[in-house]
Amino acid sequence: MARAFTPKVITANALIEGDVIYLAADDSWTRNLCMAELITDEAHAQLRLLDAERRSNEAVGVYLADAVPGGNGPEPTHFREDFRRKGPSNYAHGKQEEANHV
Amino acid sequence: MYKYNDFDAAFLAERNRQFRAQVERRIAGNLTEDEFKPLRLMNGLYLQLHAYMLRVAIPYGTLSGAQMDQLALLADKWDKGYGHFTTRQNIQYNWPKLTDVPDMLDALADVNLHAIQTSGNTIRNVTADHFAGAAADEIEDPRPVAELIRQWSTDHPEFQFMGRKFKIAVSGAAADRAVLKAHDLAVRIVRDDTGQTGYQILVGGGLGRTPMIGKVLNDFLPKADLLPYIEAVVSVWNQIGRRDNKYKARIKITVHEHGLDDIRSRVEERFAQLKPTFGGFDQDLLMQIEAHFAAPAFRDAPVASFDRAYDSDPLFRSWADTNLTEHRAPGYAIVTVSLKKHGETPGDATSDQMRALAAIARQYGHDELRISHEQNVILPHVHRSDLPAVYAALRAVDLHTANIGLVSDIIACPGMDYCALATARSIPVAQQIATRFDALKLEHDIGHLQIKISGCINACGHHHVGHIGILGLDRAGVENYQITLGGDATWDAAIGERAGPGFAYDEIVPAIERLVRGYLDMRQGPGETFLAAYRRLGLAPFKAYLYPEAQANAA
Ligand code: SF4
Repeated sequence: MARAFTPKVITANALIEGDVIYLAADDSWTRNLCMAELITDEAHAQLRLLDAERRSNEAVGVYLADAVPGGNGPEPTHFREDFRRKGPSNYAHGKQEEANHV
Repeated sequence: MYKYNDFDAAFLAERNRQFRAQVERRIAGNLTEDEFKPLRLMNGLYLQLHAYMLRVAIPYGTLSGAQMDQLALLADKWDKGYGHFTTRQNIQYNWPKLTDVPDMLDALADVNLHAIQTSGNTIRNVTADHFAGAAADEIEDPRPVAELIRQWSTDHPEFQFMGRKFKIAVSGAAADRAVLKAHDLAVRIVRDDTGQTGYQILVGGGLGRTPMIGKVLNDFLPKADLLPYIEAVVSVWNQIGRRDNKYKARIKITVHEHGLDDIRSRVEERFAQLKPTFGGFDQDLLMQIEAHFAAPAFRDAPVASFDRAYDSDPLFRSWADTNLTEHRAPGYAIVTVSLKKHGETPGDATSDQMRALAAIARQYGHDELRISHEQNVILPHVHRSDLPAVYAALRAVDLHTANIGLVSDIIACPGMDYCALATARSIPVAQQIATRFDALKLEHDIGHLQIKISGCINACGHHHVGHIGILGLDRAGVENYQITLGGDATWDAAIGERAGPGFAYDEIVPAIERLVRGYLDMRQGPGETFLAAYRRLGLAPFKAYLYPEAQANAA
């Protein structure tokens, strides 16, 4: 039996701001992992990746990152993706800062 | 301090104009990221975990007050009000927007600073002894040579797309404060038996995946031969260095594979071809550069006010005992300003702190500042009578931490809080170690102890040459920290030995505490440093403190 496919999100850095972005189901880029499209099918993931990679004027370094469904949308499985969705741990900068401003 | 001439200024303006156009073409969609990336890297612009990062060179670590003020301005205007000083005497801005970077580069050019060749497979920012021009043990100020190398290597057509990067360090003193033996090439100003000065050339040092200690390629190079000789070294490596595997591309591997003698004879052959083509212009240029680095007019004044403060103020005394170094001029001292306040990020300075340092340098320090590879700031020339005022001014901006060379004076790379290559965090580990030892009130008792932390095998945090080195790794999806012991960053350079299995994120600080307490138990007295005790005792007794369970199980 083939190995089960780990769900994925599509993520990248924004071309101008350089911050972390995720692809949402409606094809928009979102700054929040919980709003990203959680892709559970491998073939669909590859297609979405190709689509996203073509948008090189919006996003840099597009890739598929492992994620799992959570109570409030996708959640990271690896600590690197956890830092990317929050920001650095030495200052409340990055996404954690933006969250405070909302 | 070197001041740009018309040629330098025009060159930089043109480079910045080109980069501005490249950014515009990228945004307009006329350049792909694959095309743009090498161009932005040539200009020090990385894309990191959370944002772009601009790495600005501080050549041989030297800054004027005006330059420091401008670094503060960049931090306020285009970043988040701070900058991070690195082990390569650079400053990094962690949050610029792509569209702002051309303006940042223009603002840097206004004060003779740039970000050229702070990345890419080129000759990188030339580093130097941070006490250059001030140290009591100095034969000659190494900065004119460093500036000569900077000018020669900047945009050198043969060396823009090499197999890998190439790092050069320069020192002119007896003690090595520039980690010479961890560089691809190092120039050490030496004096021979007849009193002549010349250069000892080291090659093939480097940290990273395969750490190696640099070896002496030439014991005494006549001064006039410097540039053609360095060009010969880089050129030989550029030709025979491996390009099939980027992990084997650095000159340390080339030297290792070919042997030092083979490299030496190739370099000499190439040197013989190159030398006549230089024709002496390099020596004329060096003479012009030397004039820029004339020593300031040191004054002769009584130091009674220093003595009074030293005798009456215990905080000042503690700071003076740890943060001052002997100066070559009578009545003067070298001040090391710690960017390692307990619990803060090593190497970070706010814009207010940068402006305060600039003001102090102008008022009390002949307008000179240095950045050390240890991520601290140096005021190289302060008269002792001014030290109480300097201390008070540093206190006002929280820069008076008295911990130079102590356990909390930690080198830490940005690690996974910023760096896209990281496998684990380094900053919070440094913060917690410093906070812990501060709470224990043990650090002055422990004495000289260098902890160096890297967030991945690339070793930007110099962990291999830390007395205690910490390397952050990703072990099956969790952060894990490997300890090495007995490394040394001085002229007696040594690569630390791996102590054993790594520690989880929440175990690493207690492990370091056990280790240091073990040292306190075992040392022959306060005069025996951690490193000296390690050299006397070897790894085994320290392991017993690091891994008490293993010890218990074996019993
Ligand atoms: S050592 Fe690794 S994690 Fe640290 S700055 Fe260098 S590349 Fe990044």
